[in-house]
Amino acid sequence: MYDGGKIITGIIIFLLFATFPFYYNIGKAHVKPDPKLDTPVIKQLKEKKCVESKAYMRANHMQLLDKWRNQALREANRTYRNEEGKLFEISLQNTCMRCHSNKQKFCDECHNYAEVKPYCWDCHFVKEAKEGGAAK
Amino acid sequence: MSMDRREFLKIAGLAGLGLGIGAGASGWIFSRGLEASDFIPSPGALTAKRWAMVVVLSKFKTEDDYKRVIKACHKFHNVPDIGNPKDEIKWIWTDTYEHVFVGQENEYLPEAFKEKPFPLLCNHCTNAPCVRVCPTKATFKRKDGITMQDYHRCIGCRFCMAACPYGARSFNWRDPRPFIKETNPTFPTRTKGVVEKCTYCVELLEKGEMPKCVQASNGGLIFGDLQDPNSEVRKVLSENFSMRRKAELGTGPSVFYIIGGGEEDV
Repeated sequence: MYDGGKIITGIIIFLLFATFPFYYNIGKAHVKPDPKLDTPVIKQLKEKKCVESKAYMRANHMQLLDKWRNQALREANRTYRNEEGKLFEISLQNTCMRCHSNKQKFCDECHNYAEVKPYCWDCHFVKEAKEGGAAK
Repeated sequence: MSMDRREFLKIAGLAGLGLGIGAGASGWIFSRGLEASDFIPSPGALTAKRWAMVVVLSKFKTEDDYKRVIKACHKFHNVPDIGNPKDEIKWIWTDTYEHVFVGQENEYLPEAFKEKPFPLLCNHCTNAPCVRVCPTKATFKRKDGITMQDYHRCIGCRFCMAACPYGARSFNWRDPRPFIKETNPTFPTRTKGVVEKCTYCVELLEKGEMPKCVQASNGGLIFGDLQDPNSEVRKVLSENFSMRRKAELGTGPSVFYIIGGGEEDV
């Protein structure tokens, strides 16, 4: 091999660099996101159920919110009938956040973990913002 | 490798079939989520074929009459008061006759009339120029005639502001939140970089309520369905001479001004 030493050194440096995130994080505690459902409104609910099943909401809440937004704003359909036939007013701020008033412990918990930054809160209010500083 | 025409067509056909089946199957898998759920208009919502507003100028007598109406709107919708005309955000505002009815002024108008402020808002035009120019369909016409603004899609290009002949649109040059004195927690704010304007209070109409400005106007603003011959707006328009702003441009504004002598009760 021509220039074998240089090539192998180069490969080793590259591997060290490319795998840096792995060995840098070895041994560090892996904190799972733990969204909290203990807001006063949720505690008072007899049947603790979101607009759809927990599994559906966990996997697809973003698609549902996207549909909600387009239907409410563009099609003038401001009421959602869920799988069970129950009716909900379509409103992130007034329906979702009424129960999930703990944005930092609910929304942010997973969003931060997954490093997603939805810009909902640039415009929509969170009630807790009043008590605890910035709304964003 | 060589391939004759027949061989190529066979393979292409099979590949096409496979793609079709794959797309169909994945479509079916992804659409399976919710079958029974659907979206409906809110029960008790006020509906119309063509919403319109009539401004009865004689009911606006004192400065407070204007202020009350503007405050009701701006407070409910979290409209910021930035305090300089360049950054101003307005949904409903006032101006004088020569600016409102351009080309219809004459120097012999009564003095009181020349000075009188006119309440102004988005005209929710039938043929809205702002809708035509919007590159993202962020602003669009609803079936009931309301020119609606979808802030989620607005990219802040301000074509609509250039197109609107009424100056009804405002751009958020900065984050509006620090400039809102009392926030209404049931309504969102806007964000830096979007255009905003009057929405005829769609969110209230869909709850069965009249727009905020109409509620606060003590009869100075009348709101209703232009396509319904029995509606109050039609009744008032059939009994009084009315004017629209710059109707000669062909925009089809849906805000009418009744500029009577000021004494008769509409």
